[in-house]
Amino acid sequence: MSEVRGIVVGHGTMAVGIVDAVRQITGLDEDVLIPLSNRGLGPDMLIASLREHLVPDTSTIVFTDLQGGSCAVAARRLTHQLPGIAVICGANLPLLLEFAMNRSLPLDQLVDMLVERGRSSIVSAT
Amino acid sequence: MSIVLYRIDERLIHGQVVVGWGSQLHPDRIIVVDDQLAGSDWEQELYTLGLPADLASEFQSVADARDHLSAWDAAADRTILLTRDIATMRRIADGGTLRGVEVNLGGIHHAPGRRPVLPYLYLSEADFCELDQLAHDGVIVSARDLPAGRRVEAQELAPIERRA
Repeated sequence: MSEVRGIVVGHGTMAVGIVDAVRQITGLDEDVLIPLSNRGLGPDMLIASLREHLVPDTSTIVFTDLQGGSCAVAARRLTHQLPGIAVICGANLPLLLEFAMNRSLPLDQLVDMLVERGRSSIVSAT
Repeated sequence: MSIVLYRIDERLIHGQVVVGWGSQLHPDRIIVVDDQLAGSDWEQELYTLGLPADLASEFQSVADARDHLSAWDAAADRTILLTRDIATMRRIADGGTLRGVEVNLGGIHHAPGRRPVLPYLYLSEADFCELDQLAHDGVIVSARDLPAGRRVEAQELAPIERRA
């Protein structure tokens, strides 16, 4: 089984920016974490755009910026259509860095780890 | 008036509605009028994930919406009513149900057969026919994606390539 791939889908240029940050820090290959904006895309075109970036027989996590909204709706609709896709909402940089380092884990195990990492990375630091 | 916003937006419940309009209008509930979603529990759940706890949601068919419209409008709570396309809003408005009401065109995006009208609005010939019918039924249609955006009246809506 190949390593898990990722797609980050968000509003505005959020995905491009955060994926660029992940690459800058980890040197991750361009084709394993894809940034995607919902700007100008209706529901059907957003799902079509997500599907374009899937690779056959490769598990994929779709990371969204918000829990609700068009990105999450499209990503979660995709999980009803295809196997091997997980969705994590509210993605942040620490979570995506953990993803970059642990893509060889089984999908379910990786998702649990990433959600925990994302939550624990938010702290009051004053 | 208790229905504080009638909006046509193919994304239905999403950030612009919940955060953008919600922060201005302070709705208590969002009612999605859509025959297909009204009968699909799993799809309803797609749209309601992450909604604030104090914001209720309902999914109703067009027929049920027409039956309940007066009650929703007379209720004390503040409601945003959403449809995913112009045709559905026109069916709600058939016969003058929404005469004198303002309907907001908030987001219909590019698809085959649709031409650009505004950055967030692409309309087909069928859509323009539906808009004509809404006007015939006394509905006031304008376009605006967010409260801070420019309100564009229906008369100004035309495919970009047709503008002088």
